[in-house]
Amino acid sequence: MQQYIEWGALANVVLVGLLVGAGLPALFALGVRALAGTGAKDEAGQVRTGRKVLAAVAFGIVIATIVAAVAYIAAGGH
Amino acid sequence: MEHVTEPLLLGIVVATALAFDFTNGFHDTGNAMATSIATRALKPKQAVLLSATLNMVGAFLSLTVAATIAKGIVDSGVVTLEIVLAGLAGGIIWNLVTWLFGIPSSSSHALVGGVVGAVLAAAGTGGVLWAGLVAKVLLPALIAPLVAILVGTVATALVARITRDVPQDTNDRMFRWGQIGSASLVSLAHGTNDAQKSMGIILLALIAAGAVPSDSSVPFWVIVSCALAMALGTYTGGWRVIRTLGKGLVELESRQGMAAETSSAAVILLSSHFGYSLSTTHVATGSIMGSGVGMKGASVRWSVAGRMFMAWLITVPAAATVGALAYGLDRLVGGTAGSYVVFGVLLAIAAFIWWWSRRKPVGHHNVNDDWEPVADAEAILAEAVVDHELSEAADGPVTVPDARERES
Repeated sequence: MQQYIEWGALANVVLVGLLVGAGLPALFALGVRALAGTGAKDEAGQVRTGRKVLAAVAFGIVIATIVAAVAYIAAGGH
Repeated sequence: MEHVTEPLLLGIVVATALAFDFTNGFHDTGNAMATSIATRALKPKQAVLLSATLNMVGAFLSLTVAATIAKGIVDSGVVTLEIVLAGLAGGIIWNLVTWLFGIPSSSSHALVGGVVGAVLAAAGTGGVLWAGLVAKVLLPALIAPLVAILVGTVATALVARITRDVPQDTNDRMFRWGQIGSASLVSLAHGTNDAQKSMGIILLALIAAGAVPSDSSVPFWVIVSCALAMALGTYTGGWRVIRTLGKGLVELESRQGMAAETSSAAVILLSSHFGYSLSTTHVATGSIMGSGVGMKGASVRWSVAGRMFMAWLITVPAAATVGALAYGLDRLVGGTAGSYVVFGVLLAIAAFIWWWSRRKPVGHHNVNDDWEPVADAEAILAEAVVDHELSEAADGPVTVPDARERES
């Protein structure tokens, strides 16, 4: 089978694919949970500051990765 | 243009390549937008407009276009304009037939199949590089959905677990944005990747006919027309395929849609980065299945999935058969006239399939209707025919499921 499947490339696709393809949605979900999950709001109904920072970091990484992906496509990588 | 050999033949090949580009956009809209339409993150018309725009932008972004067709799969020395034409005919007809049945199938595999068939008819088995065909087309068709199912499942399971104590309406509202973003990325990648293929074919035809020198880059009008053809196809919306992907496989909510599209974008871009290109269609379909596997309480309609896998396995042989027949017809009539006849027959078949599809149209108005699981492709056809007869007879109370029992 060695001649038919490039195992090295395939392993890379699976591993990095899991990291990015599952990691980004998980980060996004973390951001959503930080803003709207149980305990996100204090007594006054405001989202706690720590939660806001956590959400900003999570969404920030997601957006940065998407921008990087578009740049990568534009650079002819795809 | 006096240096151009057979300018009319060249014109036909270019027109057919643009037609293929159109069916490509039209057939593959669902890869990016089916989930956003199904979860109502976007209205159907908005979704296809967004996808068409991004496909067009993607087509202009693509910088490296190679004048090759089915590189490493057929012996490039035997490829002539007639073979390209027959190959395109095979690809277009397979795209239209699978669209008619609402089956997502890879446009690039259809094109490769058509070319392989034409080469077989023209040069015999020696013209096909079999190891390349197995390694680059057949095995990836099996591997791509497995990889995507794995990534899509893990992504969905993580998302579902992390957001389990977030109210459903908040989840829906916020994940819609993520869904639109990730679907846009898939559209953009599709435009860059697939419009290039048609540009490459047209460039190849131009070089073969002597219209441009062999080291020419892609003329601007080719880029514009390919981008437009694909965008127009995308905007027309292969609603049948969108319906199958968005409603037929899994009942989706926004969290699953977002996880599935991100998984698709990641696997598509990474696979081309690591030099192991996987079909957009296979990846997108696999990710959507994964979003059903990874979500508690969701289920994948494996009968629909099974029908797709079957279609993927026969894509190459089926398109090859059409490609070989088209090439045979071309030779049988002979000369340039043969190519005209192939083009004419192609138009007639396309018109027939379109007419057939109108018997039970699927469009933006009914794309999200409840899915009725149907046992097999024949049943859909039978149902379409029976429906048609019923609506003509207008004899009220007979329902479609009854009609299907009567047929079987």
